Amino acid sequence: MSSPTTHRGFDGYPPEVRERLDADAQEILARYPEPRSALMPLLHLVQSEDGYVSPAGIAFCAEVLGISRANVSAVATFYSQYKRRPNGDYTVGVCTNTLCAVMGGDAIFERLSQRLGIHHDETTEGGEITLERIECNAACDYAPVMMVNWEFFDNQTPESALAVVDAILEGRDVTPTRGADKVVTFKEMSRVLAGFEDGRADEGGAGGDATMAGLRLAREKGWTAPPIDGSRLGGDAPEAAVEQAGTEPVGDVGSSAEHEPTTAADTDAEKTEAIDQPAPAQEPSDDATAAPSGAGEAPEQASEEDES
Amino acid sequence: MSERAMLGPVLSDIWDAEKPWTLATYTQHHGYEAWRHAIHQEPASLVDVVKNSGLRGRGGAGFPTGLKWSFLPPPDGGPRYLVVNADESEPGTCKDIPLMMANPHALVEGMAITSFAIGANHAFIYLRGEVVHVYRRLLAAVREAREAGLLGTNIMGTGYDLQITVHAGAGAYICGEETALLDSLEGRRGQPRLKPPFPAVAGLYARPTVVNNVESVASVPGIIRGGEDWFASMGTEKSKGHGFFSLSGHVARPGQYEAPLGITLRELLDLAGGIRDGHQLKFWTPGGSSTPIFTAEHLDVPLDFDSVAAAGSMLGTRALQIFDETVSVVRAVTRWLDFYSHESCGKCTPCREGTYWLREVLHRLEAGQGREGDVDLLLDIADNIEGRSFCALGDAAATPVKSGIKHFREEFEQGMHTPAWELFPYEANALFTELAGAAR
Repeated sequence: MSSPTTHRGFDGYPPEVRERLDADAQEILARYPEPRSALMPLLHLVQSEDGYVSPAGIAFCAEVLGISRANVSAVATFYSQYKRRPNGDYTVGVCTNTLCAVMGGDAIFERLSQRLGIHHDETTEGGEITLERIECNAACDYAPVMMVNWEFFDNQTPESALAVVDAILEGRDVTPTRGADKVVTFKEMSRVLAGFEDGRADEGGAGGDATMAGLRLAREKGWTAPPIDGSRLGGDAPEAAVEQAGTEPVGDVGSSAEHEPTTAADTDAEKTEAIDQPAPAQEPSDDATAAPSGAGEAPEQASEEDES
Repeated sequence: MSERAMLGPVLSDIWDAEKPWTLATYTQHHGYEAWRHAIHQEPASLVDVVKNSGLRGRGGAGFPTGLKWSFLPPPDGGPRYLVVNADESEPGTCKDIPLMMANPHALVEGMAITSFAIGANHAFIYLRGEVVHVYRRLLAAVREAREAGLLGTNIMGTGYDLQITVHAGAGAYICGEETALLDSLEGRRGQPRLKPPFPAVAGLYARPTVVNNVESVASVPGIIRGGEDWFASMGTEKSKGHGFFSLSGHVARPGQYEAPLGITLRELLDLAGGIRDGHQLKFWTPGGSSTPIFTAEHLDVPLDFDSVAAAGSMLGTRALQIFDETVSVVRAVTRWLDFYSHESCGKCTPCREGTYWLREVLHRLEAGQGREGDVDLLLDIADNIEGRSFCALGDAAATPVKSGIKHFREEFEQGMHTPAWELFPYEANALFTELAGAAR
């Protein structure tokens, strides 16, 4: 699919790159009780190196985690942020889910598509921009919304969106309406998504007009939540502290940093290791979680659902 | 303060302070007082306070938070986990992201208290990957808290250890479903598990796990500091406390309005300057696209869990998407089905195939090329998805179709001869005048 001849093959990274990535990988692995959990940040890390999930990157993840390349690919292809072809330096995403579409997102996407001469999930010839229709990005109060490398460009019009795109094409920095002082490149952003701070957390404000709409009104009207009695806490706390320090049953028993395989409860839901081995050509049943014993069975009705 | 307080900022109260996302500012506003207190309490007593406060999950389903915590089996010597669901992706829902952007420490403090209460030494935030600046703020907040000795090992000399890992997803709505989220966090494709067992018994790495929404957990420090009665003094009998109401769409001042549960859309619209000039309300979602749509006849339904349910919908995430009379219901529902069909993980056949066919039929109706019987066909497919998949995504996909037809059947019928964009010119929906047609 992607043209393998022009990109690095499975031979992997040059030693000096590999050494650097290995060091990063160790940092990532240390965040999780079980190594496999590191796969998603490792894939972000690969994108920070190659601008997409490259064959070398797949091999790297597989080696670091001791799983098959097919396993890695199966995960990479499930998530839309993992790219199967080299991504542009900037992903420009226009929300075309219902609300943003209605508020003007469709028109904005159309205009950008015309200007750039590309469609959804395509990249400009010079590799500057990958254009995407994106799903709801949790900024509906700022509709229509555009994301550039996953920074917010709120309340867009076709003109404002075109201006951003033109600036990118001309090599100028662009600034989100809510976010860092400038949009970093796709690779730089991917490194943040792998969990490495880039020193920009303090840039930008707390939120835009819509974020503050209710708070501002409450301030104007003098509305507050019921007051909290500040003396409630503290009084007896120090006493209790002395009494209880070190007696919690939770203290040291189960520190999950210890990686221990733990108890029998681990085995029943985690069936996958057995399935992990064969890893045939493609993706299929890799992660067929808890026995799909017939979809017709009484389904669990939402009660404990926390879908957000 | 002569008039009744319609809004009551609690989590948002700090948002207009100087750099509210920093530990310094948060601490000046009583930040971590609750944690400093809680760490010296009996964990079970903290669970009781949250249980008695009446806090119900803010992620959509409204399950009592304290009760969820109490479902964990007794300690068996192995690890237990707290996982915060920060995968906010439900169309219309936009409360957790601004909360974490402005005040990430409220979440971190809530996680510390919750983890201590349930006996977890490792907690996770699963943040959707499409909000890089929020990720930066969370990473920084956790680091600041650790450097200040509020997290880490032997916290405040008590012997309690807590590590928090902030994990970025990579673009998959389904990972907002708690068991899919757990699979994803384990480094797998995000596909839901069959329940039971529930995560409380076999969650992350098959260990006892609490999965809570961001706003739920961020509300915990206030409950500890203010007490269960303080929290319960807000809201209604069965839906206590405060929550964000996120107004979007055709309203004059969209945004976040933090209010006691039970406020009505009529009151909220009044606060938000009403429907945009010269237009009227046509339909709205009370809690995101997965909740049955409401119309103008529901303006006075108290927005609490039970009243909204009694009126035939769900409070969900209080994501109030407002559409005025220029908008085609067929267009709106069709686009939502594009979404569900794209986001169906493919594990369960009724959802995978059903969303595909709903989408097909809806697209021909939107184009005015519907066939005789298509509306009933939609209902039939929806009925065949509902209740037949592991998780709620399939049900959610059926919801806008069924409720759309329930309230606006004639618009769907018109799809047999007239394109939606002729009945409701799409240019009239947008906030700007765009004569170049944006049809399709």
